[in-house]
Amino acid sequence: MAEERKMAFICSKGNLDMAYPALIMGWAALGEGVDVIIFFTFWGLDLINKKRVDKLQLAPVANTSMKTGMMGFPIDMGIPQIVGVLPGMTAVATALMKKKMEELEVPPVREMLEMLHDAGAKLYACKMTVDMMGLTKDDFLDVVDDIVTAGEFIEMTEGAQIVFI
Amino acid sequence: MSAVLEKVAVNDEGYLLNPDDWTPEIAEAFAKEMGIELTDRHWEIINFVRNYYKEKGQSPTLRQISTGAGVPTKELFKLFPKGPAKKVARIAGVPKPEGCI
Repeated sequence: MAEERKMAFICSKGNLDMAYPALIMGWAALGEGVDVIIFFTFWGLDLINKKRVDKLQLAPVANTSMKTGMMGFPIDMGIPQIVGVLPGMTAVATALMKKKMEELEVPPVREMLEMLHDAGAKLYACKMTVDMMGLTKDDFLDVVDDIVTAGEFIEMTEGAQIVFI
Repeated sequence: MSAVLEKVAVNDEGYLLNPDDWTPEIAEAFAKEMGIELTDRHWEIINFVRNYYKEKGQSPTLRQISTGAGVPTKELFKLFPKGPAKKVARIAGVPKPEGCI
């Protein structure tokens, strides 16, 4: 069944909440014996950037799904956008999410990337955005296999199922 | 299929229906089917998984095996290639693990 199956995830977002989908699905895929490639592009490069990986954040502004119920309030109501823009609100939302993930025993992004790498996933940075942002291989975590072009990514994902996040 | 496995009840996916039916011979037979030759290190992990199931009533996930049994992820994937948690669960005669991490 899974012998030949291959999945490729494209991570284009650098928010804490958008970091996890590919990492968790990629981990699940490896657990099913599926080969995994993850391509980090644009803001997604933050996930593999040494200086940024531990500082990913979740912003409550313009996030209509974030309700008070998540924070343990008995009434599940929306958070006014004007509250979301107050200084410190992003830090509060980020801390809340990190706490929830910890309770579920989900490791931090840095550790998840190491797990994926150790389990055989291939991790690549997008050359064009790396150049655009003035980064080099030294800016990235050691688990990153290489910096590749979009064309190379398309070549290596022949026959793979591709998930864009 | 080996003679040992013919006598034991399994579900659609090949996991033992009753974990109490398990014997080391069954583990050997399942492993052989998967092309895995069981070493002492494999047995350490199999025993960990069996004990975990006995204690908690559920099978450990990949991460629970690696942190609980102290086996690095890399080694786990080397010992039981392509989906270690599921393979160990089957060999250890416990149900398929649930949980995402």
